[in-house]
Amino acid sequence: MSTPTLDKHSAALDAAESGAFEQITITLRVRRFNPEVSDEVTWVDYQLEMDPKERVLDALHKVKWEIDGSLTFRRSCAHGICGSDAMRINGRNRLACKTLLKDINPEKPITVEPIKGMAVLKDLVVDMDPFFQAYRDVMPFLITKGNEPTRERLQSAEDRARFDDTTKCILCAACTSSCPVFWNDGQYFGPAAIVNAHRFIFDSRDEGGEQRLEILNDKEGVWRCRTTFNCTDACPRGIEVTKAIQEVKRALITRRF
Amino acid sequence: MSAETPVDAPVVGAGTFSPDNPAPVIEPPRARTKRTPRATRTNFEMYGWLFMRLSGIVLVVLVLGHLLIQLVLDGGVTKIGFAFVAGRWASPFWQMWDLLMLWLAMLHGANGLRTVINDYAERDTTRFWLKMLLYTATVFTVFLGTLVIFTFDPNIQ
Repeated sequence: MSTPTLDKHSAALDAAESGAFEQITITLRVRRFNPEVSDEVTWVDYQLEMDPKERVLDALHKVKWEIDGSLTFRRSCAHGICGSDAMRINGRNRLACKTLLKDINPEKPITVEPIKGMAVLKDLVVDMDPFFQAYRDVMPFLITKGNEPTRERLQSAEDRARFDDTTKCILCAACTSSCPVFWNDGQYFGPAAIVNAHRFIFDSRDEGGEQRLEILNDKEGVWRCRTTFNCTDACPRGIEVTKAIQEVKRALITRRF
Repeated sequence: MSAETPVDAPVVGAGTFSPDNPAPVIEPPRARTKRTPRATRTNFEMYGWLFMRLSGIVLVVLVLGHLLIQLVLDGGVTKIGFAFVAGRWASPFWQMWDLLMLWLAMLHGANGLRTVINDYAERDTTRFWLKMLLYTATVFTVFLGTLVIFTFDPNIQ
């Protein structure tokens, strides 16, 4: 048996093999802040020759590698898994590594800012400590009582599906830093912490749900949510964040009455 | 390929800050730290949230009914006078209607404003005094309204 092959190259493959690619000029407008030089924030425009199929992260790389090495931003995997490069692109929180230039109107200047609600340390890098403190405070780990079983903790497919949506979180902070309540009150747990609490509250193997509900029942907990849906819109993993928050509220009400 | 604004252009305040003397970072309001107070273990916020929803449903009926009676039916707003109010408050039903509407609307509004103050007042002292003002005004209005409903005298001179 022979391996099936394409008789003819597709147009896209032809274009890719010929090495010909479209180049357009884009303007990348970056909000820059360097506390070692000035306490003022400046918007700096960069004119770049880019392929519209490239990502915003590629444009940032081009600036850092070829124009100005002092441009500072976080990125690790560059493929939408690590959640390091959440930033405010054209006024919306997105991952720079998952946003193609052609999808955000490259004819106009593309604005890139750090995510809001956290202290900016330099350029696009923010202080994530309060964000991870909220994450730690909801105890995002399995809590069980009694002896450890000698085999794995079994779970039915239905029980697993109950919290499937919230397991997708990559802790990029796009949701929390898009929340208007969080902008005004950094002590609010924020959508990301509640999503990660939801992941364990509705896990049939976990026995710490009551403790986590107690934490989220507090003054800065789920009752501060105004259901603005900014978090659901911002999530690069498509998690229904507001729905998860509402499910925690419902669990609190049904378990308290 | 060129940067439109030269990056090494002189900026305002340049020279005063250096790696040894960096500019202060702008902290967001009320950041969460390890010292952020932990759970108070009360259900107050949950009851507040539930009250807003339940009182809202009841208020839709009470307020729309009130507006209909006062402003639309039987000649509209022109009929309202001392005699009209006296006639209505002769019945315990309308007394209870108005009393319920007063309490629910005031508590609903006060709780809503409390949330707004919690959201938008940045400094702790500002938040405290705004809430004190709100609570004083609420208690005063509810007390005065309740007093009038129960001590209303139709034969007053």
